[in-house]
Amino acid sequence: MADATSGANPPNAVLAAISRFWTSLDWPLRIALALLVVFVFVAVFGPWISPHDPLKGSLRARLAPPVWQDGGSWSHIFGTDRLGRDILSRIIAGARISLTVCVLVIAIAGVLGTAIGTAAGYFGGWCDRVLMRLVDLALSFPVILLALLLGAISGPSFTNIIVVISLTLWSQYARMARGETLKIRNEDYVDLARTSGLSDRVIIWRHILPNIAPALIVVATLQVGIVVVLEASLSFLGVGVPPPAPSWGSMVADGRSYIASAWWLCMVPGSAILITVMAVNLLGDALADRINPALRGRNIQ
Amino acid sequence: MFKIVAARTVEALIALLLMSIVIFFLSRLTGDPVALLLGDGATEADKIKLTRDLGLDQPIVIQYLTFLGKALTGDFGRSVAAGNQPALQLIMARLPASLSLAGVALAFTMVVGILFGVMAAVRHNSAVDIAARLIALVGQSVPSFWLGIVLMYVFAVQLGWLPTSGYGRWEHYVLPAATLGLFTLAAITRLVRSSMLEALGSEYIKLARVKGLSESVVIWKHALANSLIPVVTFMGTFFAVMITGAVIVETVFSWPGIGRLAYESILARDFPVVQAVVLVITSLFIIANLLVDILYVVIDPRMRSRG
Repeated sequence: MADATSGANPPNAVLAAISRFWTSLDWPLRIALALLVVFVFVAVFGPWISPHDPLKGSLRARLAPPVWQDGGSWSHIFGTDRLGRDILSRIIAGARISLTVCVLVIAIAGVLGTAIGTAAGYFGGWCDRVLMRLVDLALSFPVILLALLLGAISGPSFTNIIVVISLTLWSQYARMARGETLKIRNEDYVDLARTSGLSDRVIIWRHILPNIAPALIVVATLQVGIVVVLEASLSFLGVGVPPPAPSWGSMVADGRSYIASAWWLCMVPGSAILITVMAVNLLGDALADRINPALRGRNIQ
Repeated sequence: MFKIVAARTVEALIALLLMSIVIFFLSRLTGDPVALLLGDGATEADKIKLTRDLGLDQPIVIQYLTFLGKALTGDFGRSVAAGNQPALQLIMARLPASLSLAGVALAFTMVVGILFGVMAAVRHNSAVDIAARLIALVGQSVPSFWLGIVLMYVFAVQLGWLPTSGYGRWEHYVLPAATLGLFTLAAITRLVRSSMLEALGSEYIKLARVKGLSESVVIWKHALANSLIPVVTFMGTFFAVMITGAVIVETVFSWPGIGRLAYESILARDFPVVQAVVLVITSLFIIANLLVDILYVVIDPRMRSRG
């Protein structure tokens, strides 16, 4: 079935572009994109659309089941936790945490990794060798352990998990940026820029970065899922986002001991993670296919 | 070939050395071990004595060299929490449980993943292919701590087929190994599928068919042999995923391995053990990568002829 908006002659070019993009997607991708839009919307407007306070509960309403179960009510669609806090509101607040962590980590790791990778690829020589050894080192450090170590030393904190996840993920940008820079470093237009006397800084900013950007965007997309899962895992282990902030991972950890009597405590936040990450991965793969088919099947770390 | 192996070994040793520096300084610079060990009620005299006993009044470089020297002889200090046992002894007691779990998980994922990947590529766009792609997507998206809880809930609590936790008999391995392996299974299925698809469309496969070889020989011998090279390159990564995953999976299933030891010693703020576990796991990690590099040189003829 063709999409309804594509036949309706949209009023301006932006809408036309959007609808063309939409019709070019197959159904799984449309669902994934819709889910992702919901995720971002909920994360951004969370405090205004949340039905209850995610941090305050009432002990009278503790462990209320979700609405489709016996004894559930519409006031708590996904039920409440052991302190009577509304799970839907906590999921919404958790989306905000996940998105914040994603944006910060991808910004930090992306800038750091791109700078190092581009420098290594552009200048080559010993600079390349030293920087790439650094990348190998970063790749051979088990993330979760680093997080546990930092968590044990200074206690769980928001800054810690941003630092830890960024420290592990920058190397992927560095590898990609280096490889892509090597490919175009000796192209005619770069040589021309060099012989016309432009400084290395200008060449990198104006000629290298715009050309390697698509590949880096693919890396960033493929990393969103990794970041969400890592943040949730660290919070599950108690070294991530400190309580009482409702990270999806710590919600699962909270519900673990109630699994036999109140399964929704674990299942709802877990499903939120699964659905979000699946949507992002589907879109990431599709994007990778469009921009650079060679990347497909390689995002396994 | 020997040259490449030697170079890789030297690189691995340098990585290990750098790693020990990172771990040492991380745990030194971010916290005062004396305050941590003694707690709040300590007198000034206690603090000075412990500082001297631990060698903390020495310059930091000397401290690091002492730490390194002791670590090389297997002395990582004694556990603060677990009855003053040597940290290394605690780790060694837990290592077999971790290695056997990772071994079972890896063997299972290799066999199933390769089978699945090959079948999906041979019957491109069939039901098997769609199932393989679905498993690849879900396996790479599901967080393992949650998967473990769900499997435990379904197969142990609801159906009662398998034990929720425990260690010793084969039944105990099923759920933790499945949880630990799903991510790698997804990755191997994907890799094998995409490289098999590439191989099946190549010239040498056409030649093999023209020569009149049977279809099963073409697929399982000629196409698969080449499709396995990317799997081998990623073996180090798979091992890494298994090791980091072990911390989570062992915690969920109360598995008595080093992953849970790491988690427990962190909760107990048992510093010598934390330091030792992180160093041991990182070493395993680097050694595994070294072995994969060597294996790569051995199986790929193009690498063998160099150096």
